Amino acid sequence: MTEERGQTEAAMEATWAPARGFLGWFTEVDHKRIGLRYIVTALCFFTLGGIEAAIMRLQLAGPERHVVGPDFYNQLFTVHGSTMMFLFAVPVMEGIAIYLVPLMVGTRNVAFPKLNAFGYFIYLFGGLFLYTMFFCGAGPDAGWFAYTPLSGPQFSPGKRIDTWSQMITYTELSALVVSVEITVTAFKQRAPGMSLNRVPLFVWSMVVTSFMIMFAMPAVMVDSGYLALDRLVATHFFNRPEGGDPIFYQHLFWFFGHPEVYIIFIPALGFISSIVTAFTKRKVFGYSVMVASLVFTGFMGFGLWVHHMFATGLPQLGQSFFTAASMMISIPTGVQIFCWIGTIWHGRLTIRTPMLYVLAFFFDFLIGGLTGVMLASVPINWQVHDTYFVVAHFHYVLIAGAVFPLFGALHFWFPKWTGRMYGEGLSRVAFWLVFIGFNLVFFPMHILGMIGMPRRVYTYQPQLGWGGLNQLATLGVLPLALGILLMFVNFALSRRRGAPAGPNPWDADTLEWSVSSPPPPYNYLHVPTVAGGHALWDAAPDQPVVVGMRTDHREVLVTKAVDAEPSHREELPSPSIWPFLVALTTGITLCGAIFYAWWFTMGTVLTAFALIGWFWPKREPLPEAS
Amino acid sequence: MTLGLPGIQSTLHPAGPQAQRILDLFDVFLIVTTVVFVIVVVLTVAAVVKGRRRREAIGEDTRGMKLAVGTGAVLTIAALITLLVTSVATGRAVGTFGGGNPDQMEIVVTGHQWWWEVTYPDPQASNTVRTANEIHIPTGQPILLRLATRDVIHSLWIPRLHGKRDLIPGRINKIYIQADAPGVFRAQCAEFCGLQHAHMSLVVIAQTPGDFMQWKIHQQAPANDPATPQQAHGRELFLDLPCINCHAVTGTDAYATLGPDLTHVASRKTLAAGTLINNHGNLAGWVSNAAAIKPGAQMPPIPMNGPELQDLLAYLENLK
Repeated sequence: MTEERGQTEAAMEATWAPARGFLGWFTEVDHKRIGLRYIVTALCFFTLGGIEAAIMRLQLAGPERHVVGPDFYNQLFTVHGSTMMFLFAVPVMEGIAIYLVPLMVGTRNVAFPKLNAFGYFIYLFGGLFLYTMFFCGAGPDAGWFAYTPLSGPQFSPGKRIDTWSQMITYTELSALVVSVEITVTAFKQRAPGMSLNRVPLFVWSMVVTSFMIMFAMPAVMVDSGYLALDRLVATHFFNRPEGGDPIFYQHLFWFFGHPEVYIIFIPALGFISSIVTAFTKRKVFGYSVMVASLVFTGFMGFGLWVHHMFATGLPQLGQSFFTAASMMISIPTGVQIFCWIGTIWHGRLTIRTPMLYVLAFFFDFLIGGLTGVMLASVPINWQVHDTYFVVAHFHYVLIAGAVFPLFGALHFWFPKWTGRMYGEGLSRVAFWLVFIGFNLVFFPMHILGMIGMPRRVYTYQPQLGWGGLNQLATLGVLPLALGILLMFVNFALSRRRGAPAGPNPWDADTLEWSVSSPPPPYNYLHVPTVAGGHALWDAAPDQPVVVGMRTDHREVLVTKAVDAEPSHREELPSPSIWPFLVALTTGITLCGAIFYAWWFTMGTVLTAFALIGWFWPKREPLPEAS
Repeated sequence: MTLGLPGIQSTLHPAGPQAQRILDLFDVFLIVTTVVFVIVVVLTVAAVVKGRRRREAIGEDTRGMKLAVGTGAVLTIAALITLLVTSVATGRAVGTFGGGNPDQMEIVVTGHQWWWEVTYPDPQASNTVRTANEIHIPTGQPILLRLATRDVIHSLWIPRLHGKRDLIPGRINKIYIQADAPGVFRAQCAEFCGLQHAHMSLVVIAQTPGDFMQWKIHQQAPANDPATPQQAHGRELFLDLPCINCHAVTGTDAYATLGPDLTHVASRKTLAAGTLINNHGNLAGWVSNAAAIKPGAQMPPIPMNGPELQDLLAYLENLK
């Protein structure tokens, strides 16, 4: 028996061997490695975005300071916002999903591994392109939503806004790729027995996120594409004198922009469910209600966008509809919070760092959610829109609502990813610094907005009386930055020196905890089966596995979408250089087009050649009839 | 509830019915959301205490807990409906305020990068008043502001009188404001509009109807003629230099509208859209090299020697 197992393992190791060496970095198709790349890259961009924020806080620490000038300041907040939204928040969530979803549903890789590799490279190129231009002094400077006509050819000559619009196209393309991966993997590759009512809540949250991406991202790609055309080849989509409409730009942008917030936030809800389950040792209260809430949030997320545009002077009745929708979306989130509180109430709670971040989420996200209800009200919105009140609100929603759970998730899955435990003591110090620093930075901003401070001002006059609160907010940067730094130091140290974690240090319930930490390249020696909503807790002592799959090909089991009954076997591709090359040619097309329109044509031809390489059929003997 | 906070541009210090209604609504929201916040935090803390004491988790979803979560959801919905109804009611009151009066006083506010043009239209064109970065209004009556822009999107925000409304190319937005008592209220552009968005402010000066009429009649008069030889030389310079490419002074050959109308520039409180107090030194600095004070400001530096500058200033300072 053991010898047989040993043989299978050896065969699987050979078949699923990761790509090695320098070239291997470009050809890798393993979802775990690509997932980790997403996470690490996104955290690098997070650090850059954080440094930009710190410089802005220094500039605003007192009235009429001269740390930076208006031109650089405007680049700073544009690049900060664009980085945090497009290069950090969305990709980091996607990276974690790319790593975890295949493991959680019990399969060996995502549905389209080459496409997955392509998605990462295109994201990386988008980020590098933006920062190359920024460091060359040509960072975009019209804000992260780049309203026309300010961002149009007349008022923003030069390459700055072109950089921004192409970066959007890159990163949204990568988000679309990931959403396809996640959806197909979650619906077609689940382990036998994992019917839809047994899917882990994190996977549900990523499925909802993926559907939102599929409907939201095309809107912004069209928007940034039209903007690029207006700028590069003088179309007039948004040019009022020629019949275009700048308000149309805003509608398209926010039709993406509001769902975007939920695209960042819903994965965080999934993290919380996983963490709460593991640390209360019971299933999350009200599974079906939780799933329904996620789906409801996903739909409602598309009905709120006009609350970003209340000051544009749209008709009153229409605005009331969006007020109602914006308020109602807090119902499903409220219900989920009640369900988690119920879970904790009835659970056997242990508090470790991931759980601390979840509790911080309860406290601070609540503030962000409640100020969100205020913003939904049209008259209140007229006063606080585009002020520091809004800046405070969305940082409470996005940092407390998404980044706190993300930090919790990083600690929670760190043992799975690295095979070692993080240092608990250090992580708690870091937690308290982050928690205190965050509230110090962002709470005063609510009051600043109420007493008249608009957002996106590079300075303010002393007689306005905003100096004190601004100084307080800037002071808070110190503990916040120190806390985040400590967290990174802790991860770096623990990766080498941490205590070995073993497969399941938290005694958690989902399938990824059944394999070694870090998991082998093939994830599961035998595809597992599932007997309940909590795969490991509900497993019989002799829970069967699927046998009879080939060990000499990269095979995965495809199952039916609803019941996860086995359907057929599917062979997945081996490492390949083509995804990198296609990403490269796509990148050349998009960058080149900014400088010379013909690059668009030339790049398309290059990309077509690269795609032919990608799809070139393999010479391989037909499988023997069996 | 002002908590001793600074008030020159504050939503917490309303000075008219529109801002007052919105603040009242905000207070309702603040109270309801604070109650919700306290309840949820208390529940969370209680759950944590309870959960940490438990030796064995209760695995199934009990009826009691279902009832509790259900109650929570129902209360959430009830609170939201209350807030929604209050909000829509206030929205209607604020939105319909001031409408329907045919003798409505109208002011046109036009946004420019980065200053405000303020026009008081009059059926008789020569009685139209043009000024910049100051809106004078009579107290105690609704005033209709028509909002337009010459370039990008701006947003007019006078926190002590009303919420903001955008200035959008190709559209005219309307907003009604009213001040209850005389006073000076600072206002600022609230939609990012480029390099000097931070220095695009204005003041609203509310006056008793009598004072306001006096002000308006004075503004309708053409510019003062030079009273001294120095001022006369200043006017010559003004008309010879590139100034007239952008600025207007009624009663002279300067009638361009790209920059602020200077007919009564000396009567204004600030320069450069609220950036500087309007005094001799600031005016000198601004005229010599605007971009040094407000980087990106579109007025080019005009080469002049010292005496020429003094003559020009003497002329401008006489434009009361």
